[in-house]
Amino acid sequence: MSEPILSLAGVTKSFAGVRALVKGEIDLYPGEVTALIGENGAGKSTLVKILTGVHHADGGDIRFNGEPVHIGSADNAGRLGISAIHQEAVVFDDLSVAENIFVTDRPRKRGMVDWATMRERARVILAELDPRIDPRMPMRQLSVAQKHLVQIARALSNEARIVIMDEPTAALSHREVEELFTIVRRLKAEGRAILFISHKFEEIFDVADRFAVFRDGAAVGQGLIRDVSRDQLIAMMVGRSVDQVFPKTVVPIGEELFHVAGLSRGEEFADVSFGLKRGEILGVYGLVGAGRSEVMQAIFGLTRPDHGEINLEGRSLKIRAPEDAIGAGIAYVPEDRQIQGGILRFPIASNIALPSLSHLSHRGFMRRADERALAEDYVTQLQIKTSGVGQRLEELSGGNQQKVVIAKWLATNPRVLIMDEPTKGIDVGAKTAVYRLMGEIVARGLGIIMISSELPEVMGLADRILVMRRGRLRATFTRAEATPESIVKAATDA
Amino acid sequence: MSTLSSSVQAREPARKAFGWKKLLRWETLLGLVVILDFLLNAKLSPYFLSPWTLSDASFNFTERAIMALPMALLIIAGEIDISVGSTMAMASVLMGLVAQAGFGTPMVCLTGVVVGLIAGGINGVLVTVFRVPSIVATIGTLSLFRGVAYAVIGDGVLKSYKPDFAYFGQGYVWGPVSFELVLFLVLAIIFAIVLHTTVTGRRIFAIGANPIAARLSGIRVDAYKFWIFVLLGAVSGLASVLLTSRLGSTRPSIATGWELEVITMVILGGISIDGGQGSILGVVLSALLIGCVTFGLSLLNVPGIVLAIVTGGLLIGVVALSSIVGYSGRRRRH
Repeated sequence: MSEPILSLAGVTKSFAGVRALVKGEIDLYPGEVTALIGENGAGKSTLVKILTGVHHADGGDIRFNGEPVHIGSADNAGRLGISAIHQEAVVFDDLSVAENIFVTDRPRKRGMVDWATMRERARVILAELDPRIDPRMPMRQLSVAQKHLVQIARALSNEARIVIMDEPTAALSHREVEELFTIVRRLKAEGRAILFISHKFEEIFDVADRFAVFRDGAAVGQGLIRDVSRDQLIAMMVGRSVDQVFPKTVVPIGEELFHVAGLSRGEEFADVSFGLKRGEILGVYGLVGAGRSEVMQAIFGLTRPDHGEINLEGRSLKIRAPEDAIGAGIAYVPEDRQIQGGILRFPIASNIALPSLSHLSHRGFMRRADERALAEDYVTQLQIKTSGVGQRLEELSGGNQQKVVIAKWLATNPRVLIMDEPTKGIDVGAKTAVYRLMGEIVARGLGIIMISSELPEVMGLADRILVMRRGRLRATFTRAEATPESIVKAATDA
Repeated sequence: MSTLSSSVQAREPARKAFGWKKLLRWETLLGLVVILDFLLNAKLSPYFLSPWTLSDASFNFTERAIMALPMALLIIAGEIDISVGSTMAMASVLMGLVAQAGFGTPMVCLTGVVVGLIAGGINGVLVTVFRVPSIVATIGTLSLFRGVAYAVIGDGVLKSYKPDFAYFGQGYVWGPVSFELVLFLVLAIIFAIVLHTTVTGRRIFAIGANPIAARLSGIRVDAYKFWIFVLLGAVSGLASVLLTSRLGSTRPSIATGWELEVITMVILGGISIDGGQGSILGVVLSALLIGCVTFGLSLLNVPGIVLAIVTGGLLIGVVALSSIVGYSGRRRRH
């Protein structure tokens, strides 16, 4: 076993008196992938920012090849060969690929940018990553996965010895993740140390050699991946044993509640038909771009389908806009809670009230007492952690924000609740809370349509699973029939 | 919503849920500056405290202040309109033509408001139907409307208004209290009630704070934006009636540059240029402040150029102060 290239011990960091990092400890080894695991707020981002020189550590010991070092600035981090690839690709959309790769150190000739050399060097680096990317292409034209590759190319151009990947797979499809992992394995084989941050255990067990678990700003466990089980990792993360990450509430399934027939829209999707029963959670699985969200947005009235019928409780619905869908009893919890789901600057109460304002007013005047009472009711029911319903949404954790968005839709008294990636980007504890909540919702006789790209979530929660690929429904599985292989096959087969 | 009705009676009266604390701090600041300037003026000029002087001072800002009310709504909703000065000129020119054709005062006033309404409708359609960003669309109509005004009367003057038309811009309701001032105060109260206590007002804030989430919450974002443009146009037409009446004549160059003064008033009033935040009280106070400062300086015979410098400095100073005071307490996200 080699010595760690980078080793942190007892690193601390506080922001305005709030301790973000209490005991930051992690060892990175050349030629190995170390997975950094922890719930939101566990201190992962702070650790990354210390490693990349964005923040100063308040105290503790950072050693590079055994020598104590002081990172402190992005320049120093670069000099040590530390390079980070961020969750949301940090790129310049209007510049070319080559300019993005050499963003900090452009090759120069007589004080001018040496474009020919820059493009040639970019081409050489990219040839090994994805030969389809032309260095002259504007960044805007690349897919999210390709943007990640350009960031990796940036790291390679810097001769990075330590590559930090902060949730690089969050926006990638299955195949793109596989391609990324091929590259990760190559970086590993070249002797680089990789710090891999992810919420997805399958990926961690697939690609990582080591793990480090953080909880509440402190390292609570380190070791080899092969010595640990998924349940042990979860237990370390949440500090208690989670018997079941996917608590499936058994609810009697009733008669058909909602039905869609022959829904089509341009290039987005064609001939989509399915039904939803009372008490049922219908999982919709597929790769990113399979047309799942597009179907739901057409049902919700954000776009107009070219053809198709939508029936709710036996009545045919004419939905032209979201207000029609809401009035009919359809609610839509969108994928991005911060941009689409809620208004970050608004208090919790106003967020919950927003789609129900006509019920919370008298002759057009707001009834603030009703608004507040409604919000307090949901804060209690959904166990939203907050100092009060006047608190701004942006001050809550991701999981609690998602609960507020769910509350906002429950308050409209829907029959059908569509949830698009309901647990995206929230930590394990909050996920389980959302799953429980979904169980309680269907127990009230509602039906849930859940779009999800996470296989365990779909398999753990759905009563039936629809699989979409390239705008069409390709397969339907009952809970009993579904296997990971059959679902993935239906989602990826050409 | 059974849970709702059952739980309502049990609760004590609600505290204001809508960020009043933060607003109050901003408005308190403005209010203090107004009082300060008022006292300063009174000390510097012996004429300032007479009711008639103060009444004169009010003509200095009421027309712009009236336009600042719907402009505040528009900026809160996340859009902007810089064509309002040109709208006024176009409305004034058409009013002049209607008066020249021998129509009475009611018809002249109606013309002004309707021209403004149509101008606002054009801006609204450009933004909500053709998806032109509002700053671009209204830069276009800023030239267009002013151009129409010049095209119709060239460098000429229209002044065949009937004597009773003078009341709107020169009349007094009671003692030294002018019609313009009363109109402004009444409109300010109506706008404040609509914006801060109705569902419509709440939706306008939501649209500005996050148009996507607002749309997904069933709010007709485009319809709201369109009607606010129309409202602002109509009020600009109304302001044109007041100004034309006060001047007693129409030239195509009237109200040049007013759009920026109106927007200055709105921003100084604490309305966030990013949308989604602000209050009508703030706009009223900022109108008073600008009125007080400019009139106070003109009493001291300070030239117009200096006035412009002072207004600009005031805007930058107060806004910078607010971002220091207002945002230092915000929590860092990491």
